[in-house]
Amino acid sequence: MSVQEHRSAEEIGRTELGPRPLPPLGEQRAAIGLSHVDTTLTNGLRVVVVKQSTVPMVELRLRIPFADTDLMHAAKAEVLASTFFSGTARRDRVAIDTDLALVGGELDASVDPERLSIGGNALASGLDTLLDVLSDALRGASYADEEVGREKGRLVERIAMAKSQPSVIARQALQKHRYGDHPATREMPEAEDVAKVTPEEVRALHQGFVLPRGSVLVLVGDVETDEAVAKLESALGGWKSDRTATELPELPVVSGGDLLFVPRTGAVQSQFRLSAQAITRTDPRYPALQLANLAFGGFFSSRLVENVREDKGYTYHARSYLEFTPGGATLLIDTDTASEVTANALLEIRYELARIVLTPPSETEVDTVRQYAIGQLLTATASQGGLASQLIGLASQGLGVEWLVEYPGRLKAVTAEEIAAAARDFFAPVNWTGVIVGDSAQFGNVRLLGDVKQ
Amino acid sequence: MAAPDLHTFTLPNGLRVVLAPDTTSPVVGVSVHYDVGFRSEPEGRTGFAHLFEHLMFQGSESLEKLAHFRHVQSSGGTFNGSTHPDYTDYFEVLPSAALERALFLEADRMRAPKLTEENLRNQIDVVKEEIRLNVLNRPYGGFPWILLPPVLYQTFPNAHNGYGDFTDLEQASLDDCAAFFDTYYAPSNAVLTVAGDFTVEQARDLVEKHFGDVPARETAARPSFAEPRPQGELRGEHQDAHAPLPALAVGYRMPDPINELDAYLAHLVLASVLTEGDGSRLQQRMVHKEAMVTDINAGAGLFGPFEARDPDTFSVTAMYSPEVTVDRVLGALDEELELLASTPPSEQELAKVTARWVSSLHKEHDRLVSRTLALGSFQLLYGDPGLVYQLPDRIAAVTPEDVSAAAKLLRPDSRAVLQVFPAGGAE
Repeated sequence: MSVQEHRSAEEIGRTELGPRPLPPLGEQRAAIGLSHVDTTLTNGLRVVVVKQSTVPMVELRLRIPFADTDLMHAAKAEVLASTFFSGTARRDRVAIDTDLALVGGELDASVDPERLSIGGNALASGLDTLLDVLSDALRGASYADEEVGREKGRLVERIAMAKSQPSVIARQALQKHRYGDHPATREMPEAEDVAKVTPEEVRALHQGFVLPRGSVLVLVGDVETDEAVAKLESALGGWKSDRTATELPELPVVSGGDLLFVPRTGAVQSQFRLSAQAITRTDPRYPALQLANLAFGGFFSSRLVENVREDKGYTYHARSYLEFTPGGATLLIDTDTASEVTANALLEIRYELARIVLTPPSETEVDTVRQYAIGQLLTATASQGGLASQLIGLASQGLGVEWLVEYPGRLKAVTAEEIAAAARDFFAPVNWTGVIVGDSAQFGNVRLLGDVKQ
Repeated sequence: MAAPDLHTFTLPNGLRVVLAPDTTSPVVGVSVHYDVGFRSEPEGRTGFAHLFEHLMFQGSESLEKLAHFRHVQSSGGTFNGSTHPDYTDYFEVLPSAALERALFLEADRMRAPKLTEENLRNQIDVVKEEIRLNVLNRPYGGFPWILLPPVLYQTFPNAHNGYGDFTDLEQASLDDCAAFFDTYYAPSNAVLTVAGDFTVEQARDLVEKHFGDVPARETAARPSFAEPRPQGELRGEHQDAHAPLPALAVGYRMPDPINELDAYLAHLVLASVLTEGDGSRLQQRMVHKEAMVTDINAGAGLFGPFEARDPDTFSVTAMYSPEVTVDRVLGALDEELELLASTPPSEQELAKVTARWVSSLHKEHDRLVSRTLALGSFQLLYGDPGLVYQLPDRIAAVTPEDVSAAAKLLRPDSRAVLQVFPAGGAE
């Protein structure tokens, strides 16, 4: 493609000196200890405040358990989340945005079957404003008729948009396949249900469900911990209720079984979404399971990625990961492959599941995943936003900063035998089920491999 | 915001180096920016710059295939690379004990990447799946970054699809790879950035040790991609089999990001005044008051600001209901631009923009990946990594009249309008 003189590929890949040895790792300095407070406000809200003064900012996360079995709950909750910051008695939508913007701040609300999540940040000098706006909405979001009406219209269109995404179609199919009609499956409401929601229902939902007791707030940033707790008490103390926020009912155990093939017209790729039951972070086997998962498909240098992407070229993206639910956890495998290799990809995924049981991670693999897990924790918590998100995830399982501090030590102590046991207990092919969403012409091929139904 | 401790120097082989020590966390970021992006790929080889980025991970003289990933990850780190219009970057973020390792890995592939037929074929397959995932199998794939440029621009470098056509990708040969590497991946065409937990002396020694003997090569002269602004309104249409709603992208030309930086920044401020937050002009009117669009965004650069040299694109994108006509959306946009052109925005509107820029800059600085990449790209594009930290002051200095002047330049008779229609058929 270039007319100018250049070396051949072979010449480029060779130097006179030849290959050089990989330098060893240097001495690792430990992270500075985190100064933190983990306490409960008078209204029952648990607050975790961490001083991390890397930049003059604060990051806030609030998790309010927000589950209900009402079939209309998902629709009402979605409207509530999208109008949560649309006005209060003291501020309209524009005033909320203006007050936040002037302190370099933002606040957003989102909802899923388990919780209402509020996240945001601001310049540290604007913490008072950030908390005032948050408190204003928690205590008196007004859900004005015209705001609710307009957001419903937007939501209907956004739902149509989301439901045309193959990843959303696949996720819905997996949830239904794993959990039937459990409330956990209602991750996205139906457009026609959203259209029926009234402002009164949204206000009632706020009254009944936006509750401090049972909820957790994490604040990370350039703050003095005791002073920040006092500010939280004074800003949020007036948000009160005798009731406790509602957790999602426990999920049924995922047991192994046939894969469900879901046809999607015009698909040029197949979405694999497989799942098996796992254990939570509080289980003593958890560090071993985390490392077994990394070796299987939890990062780039895993068996699954090296096989289906780097060796076979079936996919751009493949991964396995843990998903935490109230009181439980599951393992998932996600990959999107070219349509014509759907059956081939299924064969390789099943092969790798069986292989990690029969040929558990070698010493080199164990060293790699252990270093990776420890290093990841260090880099992921080095920023305020990363640390805040990590902590809110832990807090929803009743854990806190101590867990984060002790976990690298637990990772160091895991033995290869424990990892092999975790691989056998959780990755055995017999434990898995799931869905494949793809062009219907592919069913004929995958069916031949067995244990796939339509 | 005060500039942190920055040190720059150039090795005898021409490699520019930026060191940004900061010991708040025991982690380091290492990046290499090469001064070649998809605007430089030749006709008949669309997508080649990105394909080549994939190949740079496939091994080098001292590293077998897969070794790069394994060494980074077994040191507790992460890695990635990305291809932009005018540059390609590669990075690692790791616990600080692995600094020398990361430098070794980057130096080895700058010196002698192992380009093989087998890896080329494998990565063509992987890239095709990446394109299917991000473009072909989903709604609004490539909107607007692939779809808008061919409407706004006339010349191949600016107009073509940077992800590439499958036929072009399949025709890529090993000799193309060798030519591309020798032409564009010389040390003198690159910037190495190291940020995080180290001492300057230690990092300088390690950089010299590992990169010092990468042989110097001639640097290709950087071509100009300049082309005339559109005369009139150019229209384009795209049928999207997966999209449920119509979408619209309006593209305008902008001031030269490098040589007219202040005018460029005025456009950035204008974009925020138009669509950032519920109080912004277009959000208020088009989303909330008149409910004619579901979402609307405005911004500089199709991947964000400070990603490209001239010419760069100012774009406004919207999703809207099928009952709304495109002329109504365009009419509202033009009215709001005219209003801003005749009546400058308020001081408070600009104070909001400035405060949000300050905080986004702090957040970017706090994430080591984005800090490292920003320092490298500013060294590459502006020759001044410290400019990153002057941006809040430069943005605060933009006056309401500057924003008005920017609005005046976004004229209906010199722009591109791309409409995306839901084509149905697929579920």
